[in-house]
Amino acid sequence: MKQEQTNHNYAIEMKNLTKKFGNFVANDRISMKIKSGEIHGLLGENGAGKTTLMNMLSGILKPSSGQILVNGKEVHLNSAKDATNLGIGMVHQHFMLVQNFTVLENIMLGIENTSFFGILNRQEAKQKVVNLSKKYGLKLDLNAKIEDVSVGMQQRVEIIKVLYRNADILIFDEPTAVLTPQEVDELLETLKLLASEGKAIILISHKLKELKAVANKTTIIRRGKVINTVDMANTSPEVLAEMMVGRKINFQRERKSVKTGKEVLKITNLKVINEQKIVKVHDFNLTIHAGEIVGLAGIDGNGQSELVKSLTGLKPIESGKVLINDKDLTGASPRKITHNGVGHIPEDRQRFGLILQMNLVENASLQVYNQPPYSHGLFLEPKAMVKMTKEILSDYDVRYSDLSENVGALSGGNQQKLIIARELSRNPSLLIAVNPTRGLDVGAVEFIHSQILKAREMGNAILLISYELEEVQQLSDRIAVIHEGTIVGQAKNEDLTESEIGLLMAGEKLENKEEIIHAH
Amino acid sequence: MRIKKVRLGGISVPLISIFLGLVVGAIIMLLSGFNPLINYLNLFSGALGTPNAIGEVFRSATPLILTALGFSIANSAGFFNVGLSGQALAGWLASVWFALSFPHLPGFILLPGSIIMGALAGAFWSGIAGFLRAYFGTSEVITTIMLNYISLYGTNAIVKGVLTSSDADSTPLVPIQARLRTPFLEKLTGNSTFHWGIVISLFMVFVIWWLMKKTTLGFEIRSVGMNEDAARYAGMSTKKTIISAMLLSGALAGLGGAMEGLGNFQNIFVNTSLPDIGFDGMSVSLLATGNPIGIIFSALLFGILKIGGLNISISSNTPSEIVNIVIASVIFFVGANYIIQYLISKIKTNHNSSKLISNSIKGGHK
Ligand SMILES: Nc1ncnc2c1ncn2[C@@H]1O[C@H](COP(=O)(O)OP(=O)(O)OP(=O)(O)O)[C@@H](O)[C@H]1O
Ligand SMILES: [Mg+2]
Repeated sequence: MKQEQTNHNYAIEMKNLTKKFGNFVANDRISMKIKSGEIHGLLGENGAGKTTLMNMLSGILKPSSGQILVNGKEVHLNSAKDATNLGIGMVHQHFMLVQNFTVLENIMLGIENTSFFGILNRQEAKQKVVNLSKKYGLKLDLNAKIEDVSVGMQQRVEIIKVLYRNADILIFDEPTAVLTPQEVDELLETLKLLASEGKAIILISHKLKELKAVANKTTIIRRGKVINTVDMANTSPEVLAEMMVGRKINFQRERKSVKTGKEVLKITNLKVINEQKIVKVHDFNLTIHAGEIVGLAGIDGNGQSELVKSLTGLKPIESGKVLINDKDLTGASPRKITHNGVGHIPEDRQRFGLILQMNLVENASLQVYNQPPYSHGLFLEPKAMVKMTKEILSDYDVRYSDLSENVGALSGGNQQKLIIARELSRNPSLLIAVNPTRGLDVGAVEFIHSQILKAREMGNAILLISYELEEVQQLSDRIAVIHEGTIVGQAKNEDLTESEIGLLMAGEKLENKEEIIHAH
Repeated sequence: MRIKKVRLGGISVPLISIFLGLVVGAIIMLLSGFNPLINYLNLFSGALGTPNAIGEVFRSATPLILTALGFSIANSAGFFNVGLSGQALAGWLASVWFALSFPHLPGFILLPGSIIMGALAGAFWSGIAGFLRAYFGTSEVITTIMLNYISLYGTNAIVKGVLTSSDADSTPLVPIQARLRTPFLEKLTGNSTFHWGIVISLFMVFVIWWLMKKTTLGFEIRSVGMNEDAARYAGMSTKKTIISAMLLSGALAGLGGAMEGLGNFQNIFVNTSLPDIGFDGMSVSLLATGNPIGIIFSALLFGILKIGGLNISISSNTPSEIVNIVIASVIFFVGANYIIQYLISKIKTNHNSSKLISNSIKGGHK
């Protein structure tokens, strides 16, 4: 679409957009306008209706009523293709890539650039992709298969995919939730560059700091309704948060002093290798006591995933020993580990944590379906399952419309909350939590953090693995830093500064600091 | 709203498949100079016009319900059981063999015993494929196809070499107390081959529905089929679940075979090809999209087409192959299920989109 300066001011405008799912109103007469060159934030609680609204702009959902205007002209979008043709592109919360296709193939998918004889013009397409990737500083490995590249690169693929289709209205649905801090900074730079070229950008994020850093304006929605649209220049994060959840949010975490007890988890000399026989974790030693939260800080890809999978029985252990509650559970089955009091909030919620095509009750029962009262022998007890599901979903404020709906219909944040509810409600003596608050709104983060701290006060042990340093620092009693598969330093939370952690994460040693115990 | 739509799609797609199959059949009849209207009338009157015909329809649906259930249970766990025919044949052989071996046992032992032997034989046969898949990752499609042929030639060799004395092509009939056909049912349905097996089939529909929805095993089978990683995370043993699903699938196919051995034919003979009930069972299950109640109806439809089809060639000079073409095109359109779904969504959206889009694009350039 060519951008010509005309009398209409807004690149895209929503007028009283409403979307109903059955009787449930997900979006209630929402109006928003975005100018070219503007970055417009969209903020709201989990399940407030952000993704639903954006899905209407990108042609995936049809509005129940209301209007969409592109460049001042009303449009009716019946498919994603219609939106693409109008220059609207969306980077989705959950990526839509074909796992065993290459990066380049994924970018070209659906818009194959065919020459006169219908032959795929790969060379030309490739050149265009290379140019885009250079121009916006989005590094790509064109010939790698999607299943082999990092989440960060998958997202860059999604962005290039949209740019390749010449979009000038760009929608980003929680793009930063899956990125490492470095990648977040790079992405925000890219967004600013795109805006400076006159593209209109809608950015959904739960991170108030990010919105503060790049957005010109932000629209806040709550339970499907617009609360306000504010200028970011003169709005503080606290005010934003309050508008969003309707109450004051406490950003400070209160860690009561707790007397630590016996050793709950003791890992000695753990070694784990991956499918390609590459050593991912080695000489790994870590002990966590009852009533203690140990935060494992580190850059993504330094062995965290393999560590967690080997501790929870999802990956074989090469050598070493894992004791949980004094029981040798080295290489035990996931079920045996679960039955010994371990809860696991997995890194990839849609792959490991949930069965998207199953309903809420079945997903909530996933870890307990084989025990009384949820089953007796071979016989499931649906009544008990339903009762438990209702309880934990309301305890953890999971927003849903019907228990029999598929878990895939929940909003992203509510899917995460369901997993947390399921794992924490079993009161595990050891909780292994990987990025537990990924994709949660600030209110939900506050709540989940308080639940994790409560578990600690009850004398449980927690291994917290998070790519967000802030979260690690807020919650941990002790911080251990992992680098290239082993712990390069650990100390009490108070004894480590942010920059020291940063240095350790980068693989450097802090020799002259006494408090830090080096692994070797 | 969303749920309703999916359900509607669940029924409308099979109905459209059937309709398109009939239309293609009609076109072929027209092209070959036969009257489709008369032939279809003959087909339905031949299938539903007399008590005898109705009895035959039910009889032919009986094993199909079982093999279709077998296919759907394996499919729920994510396995494509192409070996239903071989498993059914194994069940057929075992049930007849058992019945012939103990002719002096009373009926209340011999009949259930024979049926159970059929189920066990089918389960054993599919269990081989399940075991290979679970422990060695061998593709179940390839192993079950190979096992089909071993079953066909193995059964024929046993019929000729073991079950008959003088190298005959068929065994004697099973003892009266082991037969599912009874004079009562024959009288009821004008001497059809209708037999008590239908009760077993309907009972199994209930059992399988219950198993999948109300038991931990069913929960595990569905979980493994939908997301193996999450099933592992939840502590389910994928190996155990895979093998259980394959054993159940084969047991049902074996039961289907026992229906032929104790009901329809009451003996076993040298087969020149694998029994149809296996492959038809796959189609029945696909047409019903795996839904147990749907399987009853789609098995009956197959029965109607098969039995009614015989009448076409009896009442006119249309060759019976035409009926096979109709059946084949229904199956083809079931297979093209996804294409049809795709077309439906296309038609729905294309309606007003093209006009508005071109308008708005023009608008955007103004
Ligand atoms: N297809 C659907 N069927 C039924 N309900 C749905 C469907 N899609 C979304 N919902 C409901 O609509 C509400 C809004 O969901 P949406 O995904 O838009 O939330 P969100 O603001 O993007 O939240 P999050 O921050 O967690 O991603 C949720 O309560 C969700 O359960
Ligand atoms: Mg969302």
